[in-house]
Amino acid sequence: MTMQAASTEIASRTAAIIHEMKGLEGPLLPILHGIQEEFGHVPQASLPVIAEALNISNAEVHGVVTFYHDYRSHPAGRHVLKVCQAEACQSMGSDAVAAKLQQLLGIGFHETTRDGSVTLEPVYCLGLCACAPSAMLDGQVIGRLDDEKLEEIVAEARS
Amino acid sequence: MGLIQEIDFGTPASTSEKQVTLTVDGFTVTVPEGTSIMRASMEAGIAIPKLCATDMVDAFGSCRLCLVEIEGRNGTPSSCTTPVAPGMVVHTQTGKLKDIRRGVMELYISDHPLDCLTCAANGNCELQTQAGVVGLRDVRYGYEGDNHVFKKNDGVENFRWMAKDESNPYFTYDPSKCIVCSRCVRACEEVQGTFALTIEGRGFGSRVSPGMHQPFIDSECVSCGACVQACPTATLSEKSLIQIGQPENSKVTTCAYCGVGCQFKAEMRGDELVRMVPYKDGKANRGHSCVKGRFAYGYSTHKDRILKPMIREKISDPWREVSWEEALTHTANEFRRIQYQYGRTSIGGITSSRCTNEETYLVQKLIRQGFRNNNVDTCARVCHSPTGYGLGQTFGTSAGTQDFDSVEHTDVVMVIGANPASAHPVFASRLKKRLRKGAKLIVLDPRRTEMVKSAHIEAEYHLPLKPGTNVAVVTSLAHVIVTEGLFNEAFIRERCDWDEFQDWASFVALPENSPEVVGKLANVDPDLIRGAARLYARGGNGSIYYGLGVTEHSQGSTTVIAIANLAMATGNIGRKGVGVNPLRGQNNVQGSCDMGSFPHELPGYRHISGDAVRDIYESLWGVKLDDEPGLRIPNMLDAAVDGSFKGLYVQGEDILQSDPDTKHVAAGLAAMECVVVQDLFLNETANYAHVFLPGSTFLEKDGTFTNAERRINRVRKVMSPKNGLADWEVTQKLAQTMGLDWNYQHPSEIMDEIAKTTPSFAKVSYAYLEEMGSVQWPCNDKAPLGTPIVHVDGFVRGKGKFIRTEYVATDEKTGPRFPLLLTTGRILSQYNVGAQTRRTDNVMWHSEDRLEIHPHDAENRGLRDGDWVRLTSRSGETTLRALITDKVSPGVVYTTFHHPDTQANVITTDFSDWATNCPEYKVTAVQVGASNGPTEWQRDYNEQAEQSRRIAPLQAAE
Repeated sequence: MTMQAASTEIASRTAAIIHEMKGLEGPLLPILHGIQEEFGHVPQASLPVIAEALNISNAEVHGVVTFYHDYRSHPAGRHVLKVCQAEACQSMGSDAVAAKLQQLLGIGFHETTRDGSVTLEPVYCLGLCACAPSAMLDGQVIGRLDDEKLEEIVAEARS
Repeated sequence: MGLIQEIDFGTPASTSEKQVTLTVDGFTVTVPEGTSIMRASMEAGIAIPKLCATDMVDAFGSCRLCLVEIEGRNGTPSSCTTPVAPGMVVHTQTGKLKDIRRGVMELYISDHPLDCLTCAANGNCELQTQAGVVGLRDVRYGYEGDNHVFKKNDGVENFRWMAKDESNPYFTYDPSKCIVCSRCVRACEEVQGTFALTIEGRGFGSRVSPGMHQPFIDSECVSCGACVQACPTATLSEKSLIQIGQPENSKVTTCAYCGVGCQFKAEMRGDELVRMVPYKDGKANRGHSCVKGRFAYGYSTHKDRILKPMIREKISDPWREVSWEEALTHTANEFRRIQYQYGRTSIGGITSSRCTNEETYLVQKLIRQGFRNNNVDTCARVCHSPTGYGLGQTFGTSAGTQDFDSVEHTDVVMVIGANPASAHPVFASRLKKRLRKGAKLIVLDPRRTEMVKSAHIEAEYHLPLKPGTNVAVVTSLAHVIVTEGLFNEAFIRERCDWDEFQDWASFVALPENSPEVVGKLANVDPDLIRGAARLYARGGNGSIYYGLGVTEHSQGSTTVIAIANLAMATGNIGRKGVGVNPLRGQNNVQGSCDMGSFPHELPGYRHISGDAVRDIYESLWGVKLDDEPGLRIPNMLDAAVDGSFKGLYVQGEDILQSDPDTKHVAAGLAAMECVVVQDLFLNETANYAHVFLPGSTFLEKDGTFTNAERRINRVRKVMSPKNGLADWEVTQKLAQTMGLDWNYQHPSEIMDEIAKTTPSFAKVSYAYLEEMGSVQWPCNDKAPLGTPIVHVDGFVRGKGKFIRTEYVATDEKTGPRFPLLLTTGRILSQYNVGAQTRRTDNVMWHSEDRLEIHPHDAENRGLRDGDWVRLTSRSGETTLRALITDKVSPGVVYTTFHHPDTQANVITTDFSDWATNCPEYKVTAVQVGASNGPTEWQRDYNEQAEQSRRIAPLQAAE
């Protein structure tokens, strides 16, 4: 597929999502969620289409997309592992947890393993401070992390 | 002289009429309700430290430097976001506040480069000033670690660092100096209304992003400069400032581009212009600007500018540089010879809408007093002469009814045949601001312009009418208003003649004027016409703004009358927020009309046949004036072709490029024996000139321009004329050489003569303008402060006059040979024939004229975007490249006329307005087809132009 065709394809799929959600109050975030669900990320080519439809500027859409960490500019791996790095978890050793995970997976934060199985990301508080240090694998929260649990998580994610 | 410093009050003024009194640091201050504490303090002379606040944009409260303490309230609220309250006691400087501010400033500085000595903002940096103001002495955090400042940290690439963006030709964006105060983003949104900037990311990663993290030039940015003006650091800096250094003196002057009449501070270092900064007290622009006025002044020092007078015997000869004396003596002798040989009326002149009132007045005076005829005309002939006629007939004044501030009070705006976003950008920004606050918009335009839909604004109704059907559609709006009983009977009975209204009402109510009938011939859905009419009549304050899409038609005057009828019928005249407003194309087109540039009128629109008026001038000038109107521009050219008109003095107008039917203009000029062109450049008309008198720019002379709202603005000299003489001096010397006793020492003396002889200018003088800033005519004993809004208590002519507006289709019709309609317009970055803007970096945005064509029409002809196409009309043909877009409707094509290579006016016909001869630029039947390149005419023309621009090398002195 040529670049041109790819962006036309993105535009038409984006337009369909916009059409569905344009009537909502404050439609931009729901539309972006829809797009991320559709493509696995928010492709740059969809931004002008959203701007045109909502009659706002490209810059404004870009500002919103980049404000939220959860909107990705590139597709993630098959699993997304988020490790809390906020204060409570820090006090319970989340630095070491992060280091261990990076070592096990062989990647740093914001990176995806070569086989495309896991993307590792920091997150700032999962609301699980009482069970710190904590993480979240594909939307499922896991508390009281220790080395054993981390190895389990990695094994599961890589499988 | 020194630099003019404007006080930054931090937040915009409140318009409330209720006053509130409070105490700031022990001083009592009274301000309108809704004012911020920051602004109130500044009113009392106490400057609270601030970084993210500036009075061009709303308070934001992000920098946390402007905190204050208020007795009886907890904490330390930000003074920019906290409104005043009665009896409030504010402390702006306490121990606690000092500590907080120092702490905040320490954080800012810890991520800011300390290259102050070599920084472009050195000497005018708000960050530097505020660091000084808060007493910052130490930065405990150091400069190591995470930062946006250094390209490398400990030899490793710093991913937060971003290179300078120098893509815009006029300013740079250096992200390493940014403090993320958002002032640029807010200025782009609130002031300009483009929304091209945003803050991307969050927290420490936040930074300003044009578009979607693009270079400025590729983003939605329109280069208005509002962000640069708002930036408190050197992050956004004019390239000229970086190159030259900080200015040391400035004067307030008026932009010489469009009819909005923006005021600028021309900031100078010595006699070098550093930058033009919009002036906040400028009543038309209120501190805003566009890419032309703000940045496109480079033409004044362009290498093409001619600085020495030149003459030649024949237009096929090369030019010969001569002294001023020789050029003027030659001109005077030639004009006298021609008059002796061919008669008194065989010569004439054209005044310039680009020059000052004083200069225009002198040119028409030279023609009337020196040439002893009325063969004077001006370029308003080809743009807004129908406005003069139409509004004169219906209301009694040949000018717009409102000031620009009025737009802040309007509820429904009807824009007809105008694209202010391109042609009057500062007005467009003010209009968009009002629209974002809820006013409704109706657009009548064949194209879907930026006004119809752009970020945060959208027209309620867009009537994409077929070019040439204005009268039918506007009359049809009146049909709806009359037949549905939406007219304002009380207003009409009081202000207008009821019988005339009834006659008019019975005419517009005829079935042939109904939207259903008109809709068919104009290709507009009748429901849109009905909806628009109801909205305009019932939506509150209704105002109409129109442009050349109204006037440049065979029925231009009729449309102006139809618009006036609409305003009178709905009572939308004589108060804030309403009215009928022509958007004037040129800086002083209003003024040149006011100054008696038309062959039938003396200054102040007084007909030449009036004995009393002629008496005034005859006794002052000591000559007998011709009581018959003279020749209009087209008549002069016709007479030249016929052999009875032989000499022309053209000041600052390029009739060959801007007037219709280029071939006819060329033939007329070629038939003359002495064509004198006074201009900055060897323009297209100069190809046919025998004498070239170099002109001066608006920066080089004193004078006044009158803008579209009748506002007389001062033009102030900031440098001496590079050609040696200001334009008024050239005309005066020519007059003296022709034997007239003129002895003006300064343009103010010319204004005194204008005021003495013209009732509507009676109180105007340079001293008065100095005191008032500017005034809107009429300004006399009846209206000593000038007249922001006319027809307040009644129409100037007495009773407003309803006139029937019968639609007569233009003779320019489509048919099998010419199936498409061509209409023309402008683009933001270029100005008119482009003589000035083409000689600036503005060409980066628009380097050629393109033909906009609908995909459907393009496909039928096998054309692709960017293809060379041949554009043919009954008059001629030219070639240019196609731009395929659905902004134009099928059957309509559009182009701009900024580049002489395109020669769009080879295509336009010589049809013109029935009342005023204003040419029908906006409708030409054409055919479009594939082409290999320039036409024979274009090649011949370019060859002739090149030949005629030769300047002979100077002979070595013997």
